[in-house]
Formats: sequence, structure tokens, C-alpha cells
Amino acid sequence: MNEMTSFDVEKIRRDFPIFNETVHGKRLTFLDSGASAQKPTVVLDAVRDAYSHTYANVHRGVHYLSQRSTELYEGARETIRAHMNAGSLDEIIFTKGTTEAINLVAQSFGQMEFQPGDEIILSYLEHHSNIVPWQLIAERTGAIVKAVPINQDGEFLLEEFSKMLTDKTKIVAVTHVSNAIGTVVPVKEIIDMAHAKGVRVLIDGSQAIPHMKVDVQALDADFYVFTGHKVFGPTGIGVLYAKNELLEKMPPYQGGGDMINRVTFEKTTFATGHSKFEAGTPPIVQAIGLGVAIDYVNSVGLDNIAVHEQSLLSYATEQISAINNVAIIGQAKHKAAIVSFTIDGIHPHDIGTIVDQAGVAVRVGHHCAQPLMDFYDVPSTVRASFAMYNNREDVDALVASINMVQEFFR
Amino acid sequence: MLDDLKELYQEVILDHSKHPRNFGKITPCSHEGHGYNPLCGDTINVYLELDEKEHITDITFDGKGCAISTASASMMTDVIKGKSVSDANTLFEDFRSLATGEHENINAGEDTERLMILAGVKQFPMRVKCATLPWHAMHTALLGKTEISTE
Repeated sequence: MNEMTSFDVEKIRRDFPIFNETVHGKRLTFLDSGASAQKPTVVLDAVRDAYSHTYANVHRGVHYLSQRSTELYEGARETIRAHMNAGSLDEIIFTKGTTEAINLVAQSFGQMEFQPGDEIILSYLEHHSNIVPWQLIAERTGAIVKAVPINQDGEFLLEEFSKMLTDKTKIVAVTHVSNAIGTVVPVKEIIDMAHAKGVRVLIDGSQAIPHMKVDVQALDADFYVFTGHKVFGPTGIGVLYAKNELLEKMPPYQGGGDMINRVTFEKTTFATGHSKFEAGTPPIVQAIGLGVAIDYVNSVGLDNIAVHEQSLLSYATEQISAINNVAIIGQAKHKAAIVSFTIDGIHPHDIGTIVDQAGVAVRVGHHCAQPLMDFYDVPSTVRASFAMYNNREDVDALVASINMVQEFFR
Repeated sequence: MLDDLKELYQEVILDHSKHPRNFGKITPCSHEGHGYNPLCGDTINVYLELDEKEHITDITFDGKGCAISTASASMMTDVIKGKSVSDANTLFEDFRSLATGEHENINAGEDTERLMILAGVKQFPMRVKCATLPWHAMHTALLGKTEISTE
């Protein structure tokens, strides 16, 4: 699809049927896309069409529908490969989400590489899904998990990281964008520094893919993972990009159908490429839906999206900082459109309930990033996360609802 | 809109959340329970002192919580103080069934009205756990356990 010549947020909003809904009789102000994004009509239609017209299992039958279904499913893989600029289709593995992708790498790469005393380097910005899988494999292998600190603004400390990289480091696994406070992490520098020591790097791109262009070859990432539902696609589908040279050596993560070459009771040989890591019937329709979602993002244009979201972020930051008793958590120089904040003396859960009555959907809680909350010494925050379909009216509604909260608890 | 909210955050609840009663720690105490809500990371600790006749002579709480869990803990300690263990367990069961919508009404004598006010939280299903957290912590303490998680 061709990129739109000009970005029209109102036109984009019309592509998302959810915005026809009202909440408690109010206009919907959806500021929770960081948790999961809404779906455009083209994705909903693609899912419906796949089930209605072309559905059958993939890679199995010789019949027409199976062939059609396989073409669409594998077509989605090509869409994603091109979008990330991966070198080959074999490097794109479908998973059920970011969590499964990280568990796959932790278990498979970890089992192959980790020895007692080896070190796994994460950061304070990580989502639990990029902490717990590493702890599990560390427990089994005797490896040790370490976390790179951040400064008060929520920025990744490259200097500290450089000191932590040693001969014992076996992998660095860091987020591209913090889900809780929006920091954009300097992943290119991290990858270069790790590679200089021969260390592999996994990047969690869940919060980056909806907002910025990612080129895995330019980054030279060894592993890059993301989930479909945050980039306007269905749930139950995610992507692991991994370099071929690693996939060839890594043992399978799960066993089952579709991942084998030949099975006998004595010995099984495995399929190669992505198939080795895709046991069982895959999320066929979800993958097709994700492909269409990526096409949709490209039709709008990631450059346009980034400009729009950065302008919303500035406006929101300016408006929210101007409110008395409100503190924004995380003020990194490079941020994606996420504003996390607390209100003096008022608990985020109470804030969430009250703004909800005004039709404002925000996330309240620890954002599955408890080590980060501990760093800021708060149990939880309120998080407004923006996507391409948000507009200034959404910011104004949020600000009005924050004022209402303060009025209520005065 | 404000009507619904005022149903949840009634004057008495706002008052208890801003000025919690029986806030603090009893050291040493005969029983304590720690409630944790993994959804929001909130913790409510409940401390009880029982006499030899199984009467609750003192009860306090501390921790970090929202207005609903703080008010619930404060009102709970007011209601429970001076009661017998078996009455406290009955009140726990009464309140739990009210807040989760299992029962519409209860008969808890002079405490009925306060429990009914707190149980208004059932109109906000996502907040029921906030209100029941301190009660679970109290109940757990009386069972002789210490940790309770709402998940």
C-alpha cells in the first residue's frame, strides 16, 4: 500500500470501530494501547474472511483450502520479514506472543549456552516477561541474572552496562521501549557494545514496533521479539526474529507436529528453519490478521505515526505537568508516547476508577514492572499510553478527568 | 456520573481513607496477617491481640493501599475491636458474601449499616478485591496463617 500523503487522525479513528462505542455514556478516551491496541476494520475483516472463505490447516493438506490457507499464512510471514528487514523467512518464527518468544529463547539458547556462574544481563526497565523466563533458566543452569541500573529520568545507563559486560556474560536481554514509563533504550549502542565482547543480544520490541521503524539487520540484533496485539493485530500471535546461525544450533523448544523431519520411536530428526520452533497447528488466522495489521501500519506510515505521537506526547506532558500535585514518572530525553504519573496522596486505583467514569481508559498498577516501581519507590502509577488513533481531545479529556479526581478527593 | 462515584466513595469511606482509625502496628501481638494484591502491588497488614477468652482486645493495620482498601481496613478494625473470634469470623463471612454479591442483605446487628456501605463496592467489580483485602488478612491471621494473596 502507498503511504498516505498527509496524516489525518480523524480518518484513522474512523478505521477503528471501537470509537463508535461510548463508555458510561461518555465519549471513549482510550489511553491504554500500551496494554493492548484496538483493531482496525481491515484486520477484523481479514480474520472474518480467513475463517469464512479460506480456512483449513496449513502445511498439511494437498486440497485447495489448505493450500490457500498456507499461502495466506506464509504471506503474513513475508509481510513481517519485509517489515523488520530480516534476511530470510526462516528467521521469522511465529509464537503466541512476546512472552512465549522470550521463553523460547531463554529455554533453547539458555540450555545450549549457560553454565553455572554465567551472567544474563537485563535492565531495570524490563517487563516481567523479560525477567521471569531468564530467572527460570538461570535456576536450572546456575546462571546469574543481573540488571543494568537507570537514572532518575528513567534512562538506561550505558556506562554501567559497559562495566557489567564481562567474560561471564552470555546474553543481554533488554527492552527497546519501556512499557511502564516510555523510555526509548539505545539498543543499537547496546548491541554494538555486547557484540564487541562476543555477547548475544535479545531486544523486546513489544512497545517499539507500533511506534517506530525497526530494521533488525541495521541493528544487528541476534533476537528481536514482539507481540501482535499491541500493533493492532489479534491476540495469540507474536514474532521471534532470530539469526539463522543461532537457530541452526539451538535445540527445539517444544516437540510436536510440523517441527519434524522424520519420526520413529527410536529417533526423530527435526525440521529446519522456523519450522523447528513451530510445533503444532499454529495460530493461522491470527498470523494472517497480524500481517494485515502491519500492512495497515505501513499504509499510514511509521514516520507519520511517530511525528503525530511525539506531538501528542509533548502536548500531554505539558498539560499533565501543569496540574498541581501531579508527578510524571520517567522523563527520558527519548520517549515513546507513554506518560506515567502519580497524584500526591491519591492511589492510582482510585484514580483509575474515577477517570473511567468519565470514559477515560488508562492502566493503573505496576505495569508488570515491579523492579522499576521499586526503583521509583511507588507501588504503582497511572499510565496513559498513546497510539496513532489518539488525538488532542483525548489529552484534554484525561486532564479534565485528573482535575475531577483532585476535586473529588479534596 | 458523580452519583455512581459517590455511591462508592461515600463521605464515611472518604473520611476513613483520609483519617484511618487504628492505623499502626501492635508489637508484639498474638496474631498477624499480611494481605497482598498482586494486581496493584498493595499490601495491608493486620495485627490482632487476643485475650485468653478469645476476645479481640486490640486490632490495628498498616501497609499501602488505595482509598477503598484503607477505608475498609479502618472500618473493619472499628467493627472487629472487642468482638469474639467467632463473631469476627462470622462478620468476615457476612462482609465477603455482601461484597461479592452472594447475598443482598445481612443481619449483623449494629454493624450492618457500615458493612452495607462498604459493600457498595460490588457495583465496581474491579474494586471488590480492594475492599476484601484487609478482611482476608484479618481472617487469615485468626486462622493462624500469615500470608494471603487475593489472586
